[in-house]
Amino acid sequence: MIGPIMIGPSSSHTAGACRLALLARHTLQRPAERAKLTLHGSFAKTAKGHGTELALTAGILGYYPHDPRIPQALSIAKKQQLDIVFDAADLGDVHPNTVCIELENRTEKSHLTGSSLGGGSIQVFEIDAFEVRFSGRYHTLLLRHVDQTGVIAHVAQVIADNEGNIATLYSARQKKGGEAMMSIEIDKRLSQYVLDYLTHLPYIRWLRILPEVISGEGHLSGTGDVA
Amino acid sequence: MNLKQLADYPGYGSELILHEEVGEERAAREDLLEKMLLRLQEMRSSIARGLSSDEPSRTGMVGWNAKTLWGADDKLRAPLMKRVQAYAMAVNEENARMGRIVAAPTAGSAGTVPGALIGVGDHLELTDEALVMPLVLAAGIGQVISQRMFIAGSSGGCQAEIGSSAAMAAAAVCELLGGEAKAAVEAATLALMNTIGLVCDPVGGYVEVPCVSRNAFFAVHAVSAAQLALAGLESVIPPDEVVSATASIGRLLPPELRETGEGGIAATPTGRRIALKMAK
Ligand code: SF4
Repeated sequence: MIGPIMIGPSSSHTAGACRLALLARHTLQRPAERAKLTLHGSFAKTAKGHGTELALTAGILGYYPHDPRIPQALSIAKKQQLDIVFDAADLGDVHPNTVCIELENRTEKSHLTGSSLGGGSIQVFEIDAFEVRFSGRYHTLLLRHVDQTGVIAHVAQVIADNEGNIATLYSARQKKGGEAMMSIEIDKRLSQYVLDYLTHLPYIRWLRILPEVISGEGHLSGTGDVA
Repeated sequence: MNLKQLADYPGYGSELILHEEVGEERAAREDLLEKMLLRLQEMRSSIARGLSSDEPSRTGMVGWNAKTLWGADDKLRAPLMKRVQAYAMAVNEENARMGRIVAAPTAGSAGTVPGALIGVGDHLELTDEALVMPLVLAAGIGQVISQRMFIAGSSGGCQAEIGSSAAMAAAAVCELLGGEAKAAVEAATLALMNTIGLVCDPVGGYVEVPCVSRNAFFAVHAVSAAQLALAGLESVIPPDEVVSATASIGRLLPPELRETGEGGIAATPTGRRIALKMAK
């Protein structure tokens, strides 16, 4: 719990927020051109005070929490013609520091909801209306696929065959036989040919690999805020 | 691991933490210690910038406290106390200016551990290398506490945030001065027990008032706890029960007192006036 090294003023409202936005940035293949951020609870109430808007913008620009450009993020976004809107809303029974991030460019669109749990640790629990669970502490593989028997076992096998060690796996479907999303946290990045192989499986609709955004230095320097 | 298991370890607490984190492999140990040294040096550079700057924060509420205290006459003739206070505020004023700091365990409480640990280290003219293992212990204490309770002000009030930073700092200072695991855990426990009930009420929602001065106070508080534990004093209530008590008080706190900037000193007429002015 010594770390991260970060730009102030708040590990949950600045570092955590930046990490959530950074993950959202990587759900798109190309940079975002438009962003809408809906802040909930303490995020909404104290966003200005904690530099949350700057940190979220920095994340969308691809910056990490220790990046000295964070204080200038809003003006940099303006220069890069990234159009950002902030809004506040009650997102229901969720953690007080929760944000919903909608990104768009000419060809892609994404929707991510996650919470900043304190000390810079985060949890993402929604992507494109699918339930997911991951922390940014590992590389995360996101797979949207057809809900059919054997998919999870097959994907897990492919990862295992390529020496990927699965830390967590979460899967949820929208309705039976419809589409489902798997979020898999893996110790190290999978090689490109494995990703290509997975992308071309008939039941895979969409695949993204998100970077680990919490420096993988173990729990002592990371952030392990749990109940 | 819980605090009792840590306290029962015969030897320095940091040894057990290091063992739990990376095992016995030499390269992994050296790697972790190097990362801790890097964090220590990063803390030191926040202190150096903070002590020499009087640039106001974005709100203008803080920014010159550390430098002013550092340059002031030591009327009390208590150089250790002044050093610890100034170091802690230096880090938090950097934080308020959106400068670079090391969260410990959070950014709002980032001044407590370096204030106490580096403050005592400098007072005794110790090297940074001597501070590394105590810093590992601080990280471990934070880790153990965070498994039982939320450490963010928005979840558990300031007692959770500054409380855990003070516990971490107390254990680190205790070990630095020769205290083994048992004494260090007692120091952490005494520090946490005497932070219970502290609410999170930052003016306007900015991590500035009371946060900057609060880090100065609780860095000194951590040194006091270490002093008591080093003399062999113990908490009557066992460490893990104190953590549970802190967690349960956190759950009882209304949202107004958990970092929303709507209760406590944030809700005073002046606090509200400042918040309104900043919102414009
Ligand atoms: S009052 Fe709140 S924001 Fe300030 S240090 Fe305490 S927990 Fe952090």
